[in-house]
Amino acid sequence: MILARAEQVSRRYGEVLALDRVDLTVRAGELVGLLGPNGAGKSTLINLLVGLRRPTAGRLALFGGDPRDPASRRQLGVTPQETGLPGTLRVGEVVDFVSRHFPDPVPRGELLDRFGLADQARRQTGGLSGGQRRRLAVALAFVGRPRLVVLDEPTTGLDVEARHALWEAIRGFHAEGGTVLLSSHYLEEVEALAQRVVVIGHGRVLADDSVAAVRGIVGVRRVSLVADDLPALPGVVATERVDGRVHLLTTDADQLVRDLVAAGVAFRDLEVRPTSLEEAFLAITAEDRPAPTPA
Amino acid sequence: MPLALVHARYQLLEILRIPVAVVGSAFFPAAAMLFFVVPFAGDDSAGATYATAAMVTFAVMSANIFQYGVGVAEDRDQPWNPYTRTLPAGSAPRLAGRILAGLVLTYLSMVPVVVIAAVATAARVTAPQFLLGLGAVAVISVPFTLLGLSIGYSLPSKAAIVVAQVVFFPLAFGGGLLSGPDDAPGFIKAIAPYLPTRGAVELMWAAVTDWRPDPRALVMLVVWVVALAAVAGWAYRRDEGRRFS
Repeated sequence: MILARAEQVSRRYGEVLALDRVDLTVRAGELVGLLGPNGAGKSTLINLLVGLRRPTAGRLALFGGDPRDPASRRQLGVTPQETGLPGTLRVGEVVDFVSRHFPDPVPRGELLDRFGLADQARRQTGGLSGGQRRRLAVALAFVGRPRLVVLDEPTTGLDVEARHALWEAIRGFHAEGGTVLLSSHYLEEVEALAQRVVVIGHGRVLADDSVAAVRGIVGVRRVSLVADDLPALPGVVATERVDGRVHLLTTDADQLVRDLVAAGVAFRDLEVRPTSLEEAFLAITAEDRPAPTPA
Repeated sequence: MPLALVHARYQLLEILRIPVAVVGSAFFPAAAMLFFVVPFAGDDSAGATYATAAMVTFAVMSANIFQYGVGVAEDRDQPWNPYTRTLPAGSAPRLAGRILAGLVLTYLSMVPVVVIAAVATAARVTAPQFLLGLGAVAVISVPFTLLGLSIGYSLPSKAAIVVAQVVFFPLAFGGGLLSGPDDAPGFIKAIAPYLPTRGAVELMWAAVTDWRPDPRALVMLVVWVVALAAVAGWAYRRDEGRRFS
């Protein structure tokens, strides 16, 4: 069952093409990570999917209807930006306010408990710490017992402990059958949570597959060695020197090693390793080449 | 509870948590009452009643221009507003709630004026006149609500504060709110009928005394309502188009 779908969706802001013929399908039970640097178009795509904006071209569907129709959003949970919480309202009041919009909301105490905010119910949101505000913002997405939760950069600005606590909440929701679409520019976050990753860069879908397969599609390997001097080598995506070692990122490690040998480079301690998703991701966005997107 | 009431309730809570905001819109009319009406017209029953009705109009105007002009502009700066649009209700309950909350605050802001009038002046109204006056307050809120919404939806918050303050005094003085019905200076008599404040205060006078309103001012009030509704509607749609289309 498809909960959210974008078909050939484009969105233009004046001269800027923020999204360029994007396809995205989110099925029931999936936990999809939307990955890309700032300005890649993630937030624009999310704003279209939750009904805040109209596409310039293409079609969007949320639970089979138009996302701009309030009825389509009954089973949707969205998180506000934490800076946007009304500062003079108490935590409990903000939860109650959002609850009123849903037929069968999660009781306030239960929700606040789940997000570690039970002791904060009587405090004004303006007096919360940044981490508490962020937890409240994410908690609001779950008030209406949604089937689909859309989280736009849910852990930006959180410390490690708070981030892991939020991840647990998101995993718990998913384990009970909930569907999650989560955007992030933390690759660690997408790797830790998502089964499927959609990489967006310059308004286009660069890759859409499992976390492992996205690495495979790009096929970036890290070739590291110790050498004083390197000639210009074809197929190298990025070069860095750390503690006397040279790290070369390449899409074809075998050819790079052959080139090194053929060039007569005096190297030692050669290592070839698969890359982290972050490195793979940097490689595809740097090249800006649309990768094939298997269904 | 209908969603519009839910929105109204939480908007009132937000505003009442910072009581200075409420005091602000009640202060000018109450102060004008104490400094101008009580010493000069306090003993004259008819004069004090006219002056009190004028101050109530003043309170309605300032409450509406400021809470919509400044309040809406500030809300537009906050990401909370777009968030509420992702809830399964859309933008209508929020706007309806805002107008309900605005009406409540308008009634609150004229309480000091009415109390001062009852305690410290000879102003007197009959019970039916008082009820008519309450109804008239809701009616004359319309043009000032629309004026406030026009400002709030078309300007950023810093500009909205300035514009609200700039339009506020000329409307009050020019409309003759600070002079009696017949003893305004000549130039005010000349321009007043063309300002929305005049039509509004004439309606208030007609509600609480046996004043016969100037038809020219009432026609102009209708013209103002139509024009301001057009501007407010245009500003609202333009803002929506910019941020949500």
